[in-house]
Amino acid sequence: MVCETWKAKLDTYLDGELPEAETRSFDGHVRSCQSCSADALTRVQMKRAIQVAGKRFTPSAEFRRRVQDIAHKPQRSLGLGWMFAIAAGVILVVATLTSTYVGTRSDRGQVFSEIADLHVTTLASSSPIDVISTDRHTVKPWFQGKIPFAFNLPELQNSDFSLLGGRMTYLEQTPGAHLIYDVRKHHISVFVFQEQSLRAKLDDNSLSPKETPFNMETWSQGGLRYFVIGDASAADIDSLAKLFKAAS
Amino acid sequence: MPLFDQLYNFARWLTRNTEEAEDLVQETYVKALKGFASFQLGTNFRAWMYRILRNTFLTSRTGLRATMTVPLDPEQDEPELAVENETPETILMKRSDSQLVVSAIDGLPVHYREALLLCEVEEMSYQEIAETLSIPVGTVMSRLSRARRALRDHLGQKLQGDEAGMEIARGTNYGL
Repeated sequence: MVCETWKAKLDTYLDGELPEAETRSFDGHVRSCQSCSADALTRVQMKRAIQVAGKRFTPSAEFRRRVQDIAHKPQRSLGLGWMFAIAAGVILVVATLTSTYVGTRSDRGQVFSEIADLHVTTLASSSPIDVISTDRHTVKPWFQGKIPFAFNLPELQNSDFSLLGGRMTYLEQTPGAHLIYDVRKHHISVFVFQEQSLRAKLDDNSLSPKETPFNMETWSQGGLRYFVIGDASAADIDSLAKLFKAAS
Repeated sequence: MPLFDQLYNFARWLTRNTEEAEDLVQETYVKALKGFASFQLGTNFRAWMYRILRNTFLTSRTGLRATMTVPLDPEQDEPELAVENETPETILMKRSDSQLVVSAIDGLPVHYREALLLCEVEEMSYQEIAETLSIPVGTVMSRLSRARRALRDHLGQKLQGDEAGMEIARGTNYGL
């Protein structure tokens, strides 16, 4: 390939967007061709200059406060449930991302808040599911060797729920399973951890509605602590919880 | 606040005005809050936020005015020229004048400016930029290529003009 052909693809190469095989060929060529390596160097310098110049504007503290107030304030045009779920959801995302979650909440409240955080941040993630499958016999074995316990997933036939997949998660530095279900376009998270690993002592279904805007159920069974959380109705959360209790 | 600083920076580049940028970011968060239920699991949250901001900008008075002056993307780009001994980048490296780059970016048509900033500043992949701008990946590549060429041309003209000016000044001083 002549240099002009390489140069036509130089920006794509430097952006890391060439296919792997072509990138390898390009690496070899750039190392051996003085003209192309000089060209690559100047373009990298230009990319850096644009990056530095491009990060130019910073919002004022007053403006930041103003938008934070809006995020905390409920929107009048929304239904009451969504209103609180959305506002609190964004607040929780903010708390997680900026690590400024300040407070002296009890261990129990801390656990519930962290469960809500895990649920919201997962849904906001660009890759929320590590094992994508509607088949429980695919999802359950995926956790083998990743978490120090086993659990059962319920049969969903003749129910409104469908399994979307699962991912590894951590609570209080303890590994656990995070399963994601769908019911009428609502996403519900089911978290499973070893009860003995959690610092907080939790009572079954002890969650007060004031502590999280989501519907949530929690219980202990067979040495495992289950949490079912989502913006679906309390009845749906309860139905899914019952399916898990029956399967365990 | 997720993406707050980045969205503000992008809004400021799009609008070229502090007050308009603040209005744009504020409206983006209001729309995101209202539409959070429509956010689809598995899709890109960052691209979703930037898309709201950009669509809001395009329907604003400034956005409409800016997009009316953008040239159409050609079917194919001309091949890149081979590197010359003295390029805008090498002159720029010598002078390390970031203000020149700022004014060069600012002078780009909005469709090129936004693609370039999402690529270089936000370090988005071509696919992510395509999702954000709702255009095919091929068009992303074309816009990036034209943005970079326009930037090089602008800097080249500016820098060579300045160099020539400095030569004249040096000559004048020598004559004195």
